[in-house]
Amino acid sequence: MTTFKPKTLLTSLPDALRKLDPRVMWKNPVMFVVEVGAAGSTILAFTDSSTFVWWIVVWLWLTVIFANLAEAVAEGRGKAQAETLRRAKTETTARRLTASGDEEEVPATQLRLGDLVIVEAGQIIPGDGDVVEGVASVDESAITGESAPVIRESGGDRSAVTGGTKVLSDRIVVKIATKPGESFIDRMIALVEGASRQKTPNEIALNILLASLTIVFLIATATLPTFAAYAHTSLSLVILVALLVCLIPTTIGALLSAIGIAGMDRLVQRNVLAMSGRAVEAAGDVNTLLLDKTGTITLGNRQASEFIPVQGVSDTELADAAQLSSLADETPEGRSIVVLAKTGYGLRERHTGELPHATFVEFTAQTRMSGVDVDNRQVRKGAAGAVNAWIREHGGTTDARLGEIVDGISASGGTPLVVAESIDGTARALGVIHLKDVVKAGMRERFDQMRAMGIRTVMITGDNALTAKAIAEEAGVDDFLAEATPEDKMALIKQEQEGGRLVAMTGDGTNDAPALAQADVGVAMNSGTSAAKEAGNMVDLDSNPTKLIEIVEIGKQLLITRGSLTTFSIANDVAKYFAILPALFAAAYPGLDKLNIMGLHSPESAIVSAIVFNALVIVALVPLALRGVRYKPSSASAMLRRNLLVYGVGGLITPFVGIKLLDLVISLIPGLR
Amino acid sequence: MSDTAAGLLQVGLLLACLAAVYRPFGGYLARVYTSDNDLRIERATYKLLGVDSKADQTWAVYARSLIAFSALSVVLLYLLQRLQHWLPLSLGLPNVESGLAFNTAASFVSNTNWQSYVPEAVMGHLVQFAGLAVQNFLSAAVGIVVAIALLRGFSRSTTDRLGNFWVDLTRTVLRVLLPIAVLGTVALVAMGVVQNFSGGHEVTSVVGQTQTLPGGAVASQEVIKELGTNGGGYYNANSAHPFENPNPLSNLFEIFLLLVIPVCLTRTFGLMVKDRRQGYAILGVMATIWSAFVVLATLFEVQGAGSATQAAGAALEGKETRFGEWASALFAVSTTGTSTGAVNSMHDSFTPLGGGTALFHMMLGEVTPGGTGTGLYGMLILAVLAVFVAGLMVGRTPEYLKKKITAREMKLVSLYILTTPTLVLVGSSIAMGLATARASILNTDSPHGFSEVLYAFTSAGNNNGSAFAGISANTPFYNTALGLVMLLGRFVPIVFALALAGSLARQHPVPVTQGTLPTHKALFVTMLVGVVLIVTGLTYFPALTLGPLAEGL
Repeated sequence: MTTFKPKTLLTSLPDALRKLDPRVMWKNPVMFVVEVGAAGSTILAFTDSSTFVWWIVVWLWLTVIFANLAEAVAEGRGKAQAETLRRAKTETTARRLTASGDEEEVPATQLRLGDLVIVEAGQIIPGDGDVVEGVASVDESAITGESAPVIRESGGDRSAVTGGTKVLSDRIVVKIATKPGESFIDRMIALVEGASRQKTPNEIALNILLASLTIVFLIATATLPTFAAYAHTSLSLVILVALLVCLIPTTIGALLSAIGIAGMDRLVQRNVLAMSGRAVEAAGDVNTLLLDKTGTITLGNRQASEFIPVQGVSDTELADAAQLSSLADETPEGRSIVVLAKTGYGLRERHTGELPHATFVEFTAQTRMSGVDVDNRQVRKGAAGAVNAWIREHGGTTDARLGEIVDGISASGGTPLVVAESIDGTARALGVIHLKDVVKAGMRERFDQMRAMGIRTVMITGDNALTAKAIAEEAGVDDFLAEATPEDKMALIKQEQEGGRLVAMTGDGTNDAPALAQADVGVAMNSGTSAAKEAGNMVDLDSNPTKLIEIVEIGKQLLITRGSLTTFSIANDVAKYFAILPALFAAAYPGLDKLNIMGLHSPESAIVSAIVFNALVIVALVPLALRGVRYKPSSASAMLRRNLLVYGVGGLITPFVGIKLLDLVISLIPGLR
Repeated sequence: MSDTAAGLLQVGLLLACLAAVYRPFGGYLARVYTSDNDLRIERATYKLLGVDSKADQTWAVYARSLIAFSALSVVLLYLLQRLQHWLPLSLGLPNVESGLAFNTAASFVSNTNWQSYVPEAVMGHLVQFAGLAVQNFLSAAVGIVVAIALLRGFSRSTTDRLGNFWVDLTRTVLRVLLPIAVLGTVALVAMGVVQNFSGGHEVTSVVGQTQTLPGGAVASQEVIKELGTNGGGYYNANSAHPFENPNPLSNLFEIFLLLVIPVCLTRTFGLMVKDRRQGYAILGVMATIWSAFVVLATLFEVQGAGSATQAAGAALEGKETRFGEWASALFAVSTTGTSTGAVNSMHDSFTPLGGGTALFHMMLGEVTPGGTGTGLYGMLILAVLAVFVAGLMVGRTPEYLKKKITAREMKLVSLYILTTPTLVLVGSSIAMGLATARASILNTDSPHGFSEVLYAFTSAGNNNGSAFAGISANTPFYNTALGLVMLLGRFVPIVFALALAGSLARQHPVPVTQGTLPTHKALFVTMLVGVVLIVTGLTYFPALTLGPLAEGL
């Protein structure tokens, strides 16, 4: 999807030609100057016609068209996406509940904020809102592209539904939360089409720089005729325009808006919707990442990592009892115990049916234990306090050693589960299961990269400080916030921002909404509430909190692409001077031929080669602008060194080679010899 | 001793002296502008001026004070010249003609010190010491205070206050310029520079003619001429005149004086933004370019391209034999790099490429190391531009010295950078287009004639003041055009620089992290050198092609 197909250049041509309208071009000052120059030269070409002049005129127009083409290609990719979305936004009728409790049929477009609508299986949800009654499975593939249905229910953090998605089962009542025309799907369409695209702050700043460079070169070119007249050389307007167009930063001017659109598009490819380009830019600047522990850093469930028997009990004995007690335990923790017994101790998994006399004891909030009774044997596992009490009740004693093991596991951030058995009414402890949070693979490396980029990672968790610290160390985050309440989160964001840092976070709950709004980059999970989605400035359709890291990288890549192509564009000028100036003045001052270090064939072919190079380089860089320059997380110094070498030094040398090669071909054309 | 050995010894000695004073003097300057205490004489001055020394000014008030002060200076200096005949110590000279008086007033207030007249024949003692010498102090001080205000813009945060113009100006004159000027005068007198109120000496020249050499308070004016990067000579021959610059030692001392403040201000900068490495980086950029130009100019002069010079054996036309090619090239590069414009040799007579080097050095915008204050703020503004592009290349919206470079900052930086090239190129273009202006060219029909005009406008626009002397600039056109270019080239960028300072001071500081572009390392220094050469240099390349390059290649 991200690869660039040369064919799109052709299909976007009509759009590119439509953009030649000066009222559109005006927004891009650099290319507007080129267009004005091309128009002026065309008029002159009719009075002073020659092969040379026509070549210049044609290539000036091509320069403008290539620039428009870059933008049109970038926009074209979003258009396809918008088409898919539009199809989802078919005209639907809504079943609105009236104040008296009756139902009435109204077009979806007439729904107002706060209206209640009923949606049943097979029907399309008519607008964005929150489920206030019922639970249903919803097919959201129209916006997320994910075909597996999701559960939406009233209350809690999974209450938000999106207009255009389809209820697959059950019946829900939805309270409409957006005005018509401002729904999520409307905003998505506008975003991917680039219709609501506004220049971002940094783009504006860069445009100011480009405009001022254009003015400087305009002055340098406009003052040249009087200087040249003193040297008995008259410069035609066409030649001056050619010189000007070669000097002004057309490369970056042509590609700037394509880079911005493509940056947004790269987010869309990853199923992230940025509500503004400003947020994408801010993502590149983020200093602090707040990451929820569960689901982002850890797999989300604790898993058994080892069995620690007390003295006098063998490993296998404990593993066997642990497995037995967990056979009926369908929680992820329980499954992980069975898995560990199999992988770590070679115990074959037994099925509940194999034990005819077994009675399984389910976990309850009161007993805080689960287990199994087989004949005269009872096995229990659970929190240390509960199991210890059970042992004492059944005439057993607990020794201090067990307490040490339990404390040791707690101190390391894990959760201890004590396993005990009672045979013929005498209970004893067998040992402890160590449950721990499992950090996702590769997280440490990612956090190391973040650190190299100067981004501080803070883990947010509801766990106690001890547990939090252990996981923070294992995952390699820089800091953690334990026993975090939404207020704590908010306070942390404000404290970071006080020091001038930019903060990014993810969230899905309604109580996350204030923090999402406060954060500089707030990524709401699509599965979250509409309050959260409203508050954040990005929505992740995959509801994958890890994506925050990718968003930061895309933000950075966008800025790097802009900077690198600006450098390239300015560095190009040196070679163009060496092509054009000797061509213009070597006749008056033969010594200046020494500046023709490329050994270009003739003045005409030199000027045409420079202008052709200038135009072709735009097309050559379109793929780079759309894809973004290669980005590898590293320190600022390393990145600057690389990009300065590739785009600065490369920008100096490339045109010397390119213009020379073009000259070899162009000098063969009759009339340009 | 061979020329080469002597030349290298001079450069080495100069660098050693600058290195020796760098830290103490840079530190002293920082204390001058951060101290809360006023000297008694300063308090008296404030009382006299009616200034509240504790009142901190916004950038707009700071700029208004500066502009008002400078406007008043232009008027006073103009009147002093126009009325000199009726005032004491005129040596009987007539009132100065209006065009010339305007040009001279603009020239000295803008720290340019372009002189389209023969000083000893036009200006009496009163104008010289009460008008021109006073402006040598004040205009230099104005440049320094703008740099200090910009440094405060970087070092302060969440405030709209940049300091007090009147306090900064008074302190600059009383604590920095005057004490050094007094010491320097004594040193120059000891080296043989004249200092008297004599009406003149009758001397007989080598060819037997008699000639009157007027005396005057030469040493005292000479020292501030260099120290304040002014450049307006007491004599027409400027520092080539034996009364101003009698020997190689005084020559080296004068080069030292013109470099000392701009160079040491980079230390002040490092101290005021609390990161000395930043100061070294900026100094590194200035030193790299200055050294490269010294090497180039010396090379061109020593090689002495051109059939006439090769026949003569050395490119000594327009140079003093007591200085030779090395010390002349060193002086020329230093004077064009500092917006001084004093000369110890005639740049017009340099080899085409040697003279072109001096011309191109000015075109870089007088930032290597630049005039007093102007060099630092000019370089810092180019650094902001470099940071903008480099910052993007490391994937962040750009920041410099903990301040974000947003659209507002870029607008001011762009306007600043646009001003001088516009003045220089448009001015030159008008001059080349007008037949009356072209008539002033001495070397007609040669690229050198164009170089003379280009040099004049470059010198005026960048507030340098040196000249390719072949042009007859004391005409109504040149007096008016160059006067305007000097004033605009000085004060328009100052307003943008102060506005930038105000905009930066308002910001919250951004924390420095691993992801922040380091602006103190060799890589950034290299990039900034590239930006200075390419961004400012490219603008003038077509014009240079038709001038020095056409002549020299």
